[in-house]
Amino acid sequence: MKKVKVLILRSAGTNCDYETKTAFEMCSAVAEQVHINSLIENKDKIFEYDILAFPGGFSYGDDIASGKVLANEIKNKLGDKIKKFSLSGKPVIGICNGFQVLVKMGLLPEPKLFKQISTLSYNNSNKFECRWIYLKTEKKIKNESNCIWTKNLPDIITLPVAHAEGKFIPLNFKLLEKLNKNNQIVFRYSTRDGMVPKYPLAPNGSVEQIAGICNTKGNVFGLMPHPERYMFALQHPAREGFAGKYGYGKAIFQNAVDFVK
Amino acid sequence: MKNKTNCSAIEILNLSDEELIDLSVKNVLSLSLDEMKSIQFYFRKLRRNPTDVEIETIAQTWSEHCKHKTLTGIIEYTEEKYSKKIKRTYNNLLKETIFKAAMELNKKWCLSVFKDNAGIMEFDAENGVAFKVETHNHPSALEPYGGSATGIGGVIRDILGVGLGAKPLANTDVFCFGNPGIKDSQIPDGMHHPKRIVKDVVAGVRDYGNKMGIPTVNGAVYFDDGYMANPLVYCGTMGIIPKNKIDKKVNSGDLILVVGGRTGRDGIHGATFSSIQLDQKSDVGAVQIGNPIVEKKVLDTMLKARDLSLYGAVTDCGAGGLSSAIGELGEKTGAIVYLDKVPLKYGGLAPWEIWISEAQERMVLVVPLKNKKRIVELFKKENVEAVFIGKFTKDKKLTLKHNGHVVASMDMSFLHDGISKPKRFAICKIKEEKVQKSIKMTSVDLSKTLKFVLSDLNVCSKEWIIRQYDHEVQGQTIVKPLQGTDIEVSGPGDASVIFPYTLVNGTKRGIVLSNGLNPSYGKINTYKMAASAIEESLRNAVAVGADVEKMSLLDNFCWGNPNNPEILGSLVRAANACYDMSKAFDIPFISGKDSLHNEYSIGGKKYSIPPVLLISAIGVIENVANTVTMPFKNDGNKIFILGVTRNEIAGSVLAKIKNIKDGVVPVVYPKESKEVMKRIYKAINNDLIESCHDCSEGGLVVAISEMAFAGDKGVKINIDAIRIKGRLSVAETLFSESNGRFIVEIIPKNKSKFRDIFKGCVFAEVGCVTKDKYVIFESQKDKVKVKEKSRNLLKVWRNTISW
Repeated sequence: MKKVKVLILRSAGTNCDYETKTAFEMCSAVAEQVHINSLIENKDKIFEYDILAFPGGFSYGDDIASGKVLANEIKNKLGDKIKKFSLSGKPVIGICNGFQVLVKMGLLPEPKLFKQISTLSYNNSNKFECRWIYLKTEKKIKNESNCIWTKNLPDIITLPVAHAEGKFIPLNFKLLEKLNKNNQIVFRYSTRDGMVPKYPLAPNGSVEQIAGICNTKGNVFGLMPHPERYMFALQHPAREGFAGKYGYGKAIFQNAVDFVK
Repeated sequence: MKNKTNCSAIEILNLSDEELIDLSVKNVLSLSLDEMKSIQFYFRKLRRNPTDVEIETIAQTWSEHCKHKTLTGIIEYTEEKYSKKIKRTYNNLLKETIFKAAMELNKKWCLSVFKDNAGIMEFDAENGVAFKVETHNHPSALEPYGGSATGIGGVIRDILGVGLGAKPLANTDVFCFGNPGIKDSQIPDGMHHPKRIVKDVVAGVRDYGNKMGIPTVNGAVYFDDGYMANPLVYCGTMGIIPKNKIDKKVNSGDLILVVGGRTGRDGIHGATFSSIQLDQKSDVGAVQIGNPIVEKKVLDTMLKARDLSLYGAVTDCGAGGLSSAIGELGEKTGAIVYLDKVPLKYGGLAPWEIWISEAQERMVLVVPLKNKKRIVELFKKENVEAVFIGKFTKDKKLTLKHNGHVVASMDMSFLHDGISKPKRFAICKIKEEKVQKSIKMTSVDLSKTLKFVLSDLNVCSKEWIIRQYDHEVQGQTIVKPLQGTDIEVSGPGDASVIFPYTLVNGTKRGIVLSNGLNPSYGKINTYKMAASAIEESLRNAVAVGADVEKMSLLDNFCWGNPNNPEILGSLVRAANACYDMSKAFDIPFISGKDSLHNEYSIGGKKYSIPPVLLISAIGVIENVANTVTMPFKNDGNKIFILGVTRNEIAGSVLAKIKNIKDGVVPVVYPKESKEVMKRIYKAINNDLIESCHDCSEGGLVVAISEMAFAGDKGVKINIDAIRIKGRLSVAETLFSESNGRFIVEIIPKNKSKFRDIFKGCVFAEVGCVTKDKYVIFESQKDKVKVKEKSRNLLKVWRNTISW
């Protein structure tokens, strides 16, 4: 069978690349950590891969604003390639700092537009928050979202968050409406029973508790929580898992790998 | 500061004793008269005065920070007990206690002990785990944010600089602060408010640790007014290293490569200023400035170069900067360095400043000539600056050149062995400890006291700190610092376990990290403080599933002024406890560090801090599936207390709250304790234990309450069933802090198997987990009953530090 190839893009300050790589490998893909300098040297190398992942971390120290410097660097030096890759329908994921990068270069909410029309700002608590939270999947509200990454997840899942700038804010009400209408809001922070949460279960004060969004096509996905930190039950605080031993993160990465296959 | 670009000679040949001392003080050399005379003698032989570069080099190399002069010097020790005097002379306290125990135990799985930047023990057939804990007290007192940030940055570099470099997997942090609730008017002039220090120290560790992508998974915070002007900041890092990358090799002709950050004027005299008391005039310029992303880039690239075998040795630039790093690496060969080649942040640095600056994020690599091009290219690819600044020679001399001029030329042997051994006097008067007057409490008193103890600064939740640290980055923290059955409730984990599955393919093994710290015992008896800290660190690790036969320890002494014989005497006692306990538990120390001179002056009066021995423990767990957490799991499960409760109230949280002056400090009974620890490991591996919690600060009642609220459960305890030794009232039973005790939860059907394993140990079934969510302690005999809602106790525990 064909091996699915994943590019894990790293730069100065990336720090979730090992566990993201391992997450894809646990779903029987082949993942490679590639430094942005080497990708800039050989831009078309990107098309040798089936999946593109922007892992978490503090790219360039999150100076100016989280993810901003890397977003600009990518847009200016690799913009065409990244856009082409995304529009081809191949899976792209941005986790935590990776989500911030996707939003700030404008690959989300819409790669066709490729313009920043939303942001991720400082948490309401004005603190870095490392904790586990509940997420309501879009399925709970509508039947199914287009997102290829989140198929077959139950209504409520748990994942850890770890960020200081995770408050999602769309440019205007019109955009928010559009995101809702197109089923682009994939994850919302929630209580255990699917109700609207208060802090700390709402860790950052996001508009409409938004925790993750995808493009209309559903192949480009960004989220603040860390699916790569919940691949097996032992990683959960109470060591719970589904199917006995897996974490919900496993389902997310497996969806993308299966999609390519 | 004046801009000096040249080097100058320092007149020393004809100075009197008094003038020598003046010179030492004026230039922040922190050298004694004997040491200054050794320098004078050496340069009289050379028939010339030293340059400023030379004298600064000597001061760094001979500093307490780098040389540990007190612990390796001569100590004339007198111990007085019941008016009987025992005298003993130590030629090297470290070698005759802590290090000696390690040599005698001679564990084959200890791969590097007390010789490199960190201790290393075996992880599996191919890998070792390295662990180091450092202190960064003085800088954190002056500039808390920068001090703690560079503290964590520095200890991470220790791990990068052990062997040929280890990959950091976890950080630990332990702090001692003054009371953050103190009134502004009570703060001495020129000192920071403790709350400001707490917030900035936490922020410093958070920003540096998080940006390095290393989870901060273990720690402790201790509050006492004795640390108001001199807070203590301990930072630790654990990493994993292939066994074939542990040995360093420096050959004559190898090149010296400096990698990472540029050199500036920050951190001048950091090493020497740490041996001077703090006061309003202390120079903030001695504190370094950190940039974690520069260090992260060094980490990423250096480990690549390591795996390609491009260098033969590495060490970090820490205290003393290039001077210490290159002085150490070139001790056996000699070295020549061209100071003008060192990349600078800005111009105008004098040669001696370049040489001793403690600017951060720099590593020194020893590169064989043949790899010269390849290694620089590798660093360049990821925008890391790497510059050759000299080479190792054959002449066993240290030669420094600046713009073509020789600015220093000294024998390595003088630099490393020319220091005269100081002699100090130490005395310890051991006081008799008497059991206090019996403490009687009504049911209402007991309930109130429980809540007081849970909300005490030294017991309460540290969630405010822990959640600001990314303690789950790398995805490998499978026993977490905060543990809860549900996402919304949590209790304090005893230890953390790292499961390095992303790095060691297919492994089942884990690494457990824990600590023990008990300064309140040390105010009465430093021997017992040290013994209790050692046992507590082991208990914490065992409670999550560590194998007590596969553990190692780290010591970190933070003490006051060692020139005071009583203060030094209390240190000798603690060091002796380390030897005794290390031998009795059969567990070696593999690394350590001391920070003495933790003294500050207010209005001309000098104060030393209450002494602290931090013990950090590390262990390897065979199978991470066999680890347990502390929250109660299921209604109807049985609760057992392992170990015996004695009347040991001195130094306890209860004694502090009730202002009880008498009492006995908890004693350690290593044989009893170790037996219990071995059997817990066996019981956990037979899947007989649902939850387990160490019993320490606050006593049984705190440990059991924590297990209940972390599990969102109720619990019913029969106080009369608790195994005690001697006479104890109900209050003493509940709040005594005796060592050697664990609380465990067992499924009813496993009771007989569990009893079989613990046959011969002291243990008792004391109650069960209930579904009504009330925490109940009851004694029929004394007719007292404590009944509190589990969620209420959680709230009390969480509310103290919630900023």
